[in-house]
Amino acid sequence: MSERREAAGPPVLDVRNLETVFRVRDGYVHAVNDVSFSIREGELLGVVGESGSGKSVTMMSVMGLLPSPPAEVAGGQVLYQGKDVLKMSKPELRALRGGEIGFVFQDPMTSLNPVFTVGFQLMEPLRIHLGLSKAQARERAADLLALVGIPSPAARLNDYPHQFSGGMRQRVMIAIALACDPKVLIADEPTTALDVTIQAQILDLVQRLREELGMGVIWITHDLGVVAGIADRVMVMYGGQVAEHAPVADLFARPQHPYTRALMQTLPDISGKRKERLFSISGQPPILRAKPSACPFAARCAHAMDICLKQNPKIEDRGAGHDVACWWKPAPAEESLDAA
Amino acid sequence: MPLDAGKTDTLVSVRGLSMHFPIYAGVFRRQVGVIKAVDEVSFDIARGETLGVVGESGCGKSTTGRATIRLYKPTAGSVVIDGKDIALLEGGELRRLRPQMQMIFQDPQASLNPRMTVGSIIAEPLDEHRPDLKRAERQDRVRDLLDRVGMNPDFANRYPHEFSGGQRQRIGIARALALEPKFIVCDEPIAALDVSIQAQVVNLLEDLQDQLGLTYMFISHDLSMVRHIADRVAVMYLGRIVELAHRDILYEAPKHPYTKALLSAVPTVEKRAQERIILKGDVPSPANPPSGCVFRTRCPVAEARCAAEIPALRKLSDGRQAACHFAE
Repeated sequence: MSERREAAGPPVLDVRNLETVFRVRDGYVHAVNDVSFSIREGELLGVVGESGSGKSVTMMSVMGLLPSPPAEVAGGQVLYQGKDVLKMSKPELRALRGGEIGFVFQDPMTSLNPVFTVGFQLMEPLRIHLGLSKAQARERAADLLALVGIPSPAARLNDYPHQFSGGMRQRVMIAIALACDPKVLIADEPTTALDVTIQAQILDLVQRLREELGMGVIWITHDLGVVAGIADRVMVMYGGQVAEHAPVADLFARPQHPYTRALMQTLPDISGKRKERLFSISGQPPILRAKPSACPFAARCAHAMDICLKQNPKIEDRGAGHDVACWWKPAPAEESLDAA
Repeated sequence: MPLDAGKTDTLVSVRGLSMHFPIYAGVFRRQVGVIKAVDEVSFDIARGETLGVVGESGCGKSTTGRATIRLYKPTAGSVVIDGKDIALLEGGELRRLRPQMQMIFQDPQASLNPRMTVGSIIAEPLDEHRPDLKRAERQDRVRDLLDRVGMNPDFANRYPHEFSGGQRQRIGIARALALEPKFIVCDEPIAALDVSIQAQVVNLLEDLQDQLGLTYMFISHDLSMVRHIADRVAVMYLGRIVELAHRDILYEAPKHPYTKALLSAVPTVEKRAQERIILKGDVPSPANPPSGCVFRTRCPVAEARCAAEIPALRKLSDGRQAACHFAE
């Protein structure tokens, strides 16, 4: 994708000011704080952040997949085609999940049921959501396996998950998520457990499907390289909130948030000049026992000022749809990291 | 740091190392075949050097590492460390050599006993191999080691669960250093850590190498990190080394078609999707590997010859080794 696709039309999924808390023994953990984003048809939003940054919890909240208690969506709206998902009844939610919105989980080893055949698990959403007969569902299931590039699909429907390799299981998971032509696909670290050569196959597949089916895709990852290759827009999360949210080319050309900048600098390169020493971010990510009253990154930030410890910065536009939540601003000459 | 193992002082020399695991089946548990996890692998590591080992899961990189320090008894081949062949040693003789070779494991959560304090975890190798040390000396040594890996020496009385992933990996490193080893096998030491923590641990490993003159075998599937830390890199596929070269020439101009595909598959910020070589299918089973060249079933340039002849790992004009009939 050399150019960013100009996404048009109203957003398919619009998340506004989402807040999620977990009740723990002595209080709350504020895992997601005031997170807003939206996604249009055919658009791919990359979500980047380290473990505990709230990226998975955000997506699980969006789908109402978190067990309550301990989790509780404390505020905000999730609008799917104008309707608030958070207010939907259980049957409405069931129709939405797996039907209109597909979800791919991180671990292909544990998210398939080992005692049912892959065919059964693929046909289940087809029969429930699309009301297909058994024969029709079987035919479509075979088509789906072919779509994700599994050889001799009709025969493999009778196989159990353990008869597939990790990469193939992840492809089966994607096939299940795609079974009912979802408008939105949410993929939570779908390639993290896979080898790079298999990852390349999956990235290629998702790119193709997005063009063919016009789905909106949310791709959660911690790999900036993956995001650079496939995303239209990127949202960087830290400490349960959005640190930076920008079109992909703009994010890499002029990263604004010190966390994004540090993340880009810690990565070793596979080509070009070899760094003599890796840049490292000292310290640990925060544990959000209280709603942050200061910038959550302040303790690890190289540019922290007095105000960073007193007030949590609001997210604001710095031009060209480049949103940043930070008090500090790089000087124009230092915006690009390549110069350094 | 020595870059060419050929002329400098070699610490580790592995020749024809094979590690085959038997497969048993049937009522009588008869052996019906073998899994050739590692097959005829040879390499040298110079003193103070870091050899990176990369490849996909199941390619035998961890098995090679474990067999090299005799956590497995190899099926065939020799492993000479500091002038002594340890491949067939047993019992006390092997035990006496253990202190010089240590290992850092992938998962710091699983490799530290949750019921032992950090101090006793680090002191355990000392209890085993250095009975001559007095209690106070041992304690001093533990504090010294914690300090060396960048942790507060007062943490010796705490338990592993009180620490984050990066700190636990530091504890694992301190334990590996306790017996002043010459050679450390690092088996995916950063795979379980977050990106912002990975750099901290890698920098620590590099500092320790400079200070103590350590020799590393660094096993990883993170090709960019291996480029950063390793002097030379071995690329493995289905139990064999397919290419072994100095990191600069390997990453700049890979010669084996598998290395080319592997490097092109790494998504990077600069490189966009178009230049990727996408390999078809999965890695074949090591219980039933293809005839001839093991990579031929996925290779874009395979010919009839590849099915008939096993390509030898041979030296090319620029000094690297590659196992492909067509590598120039």
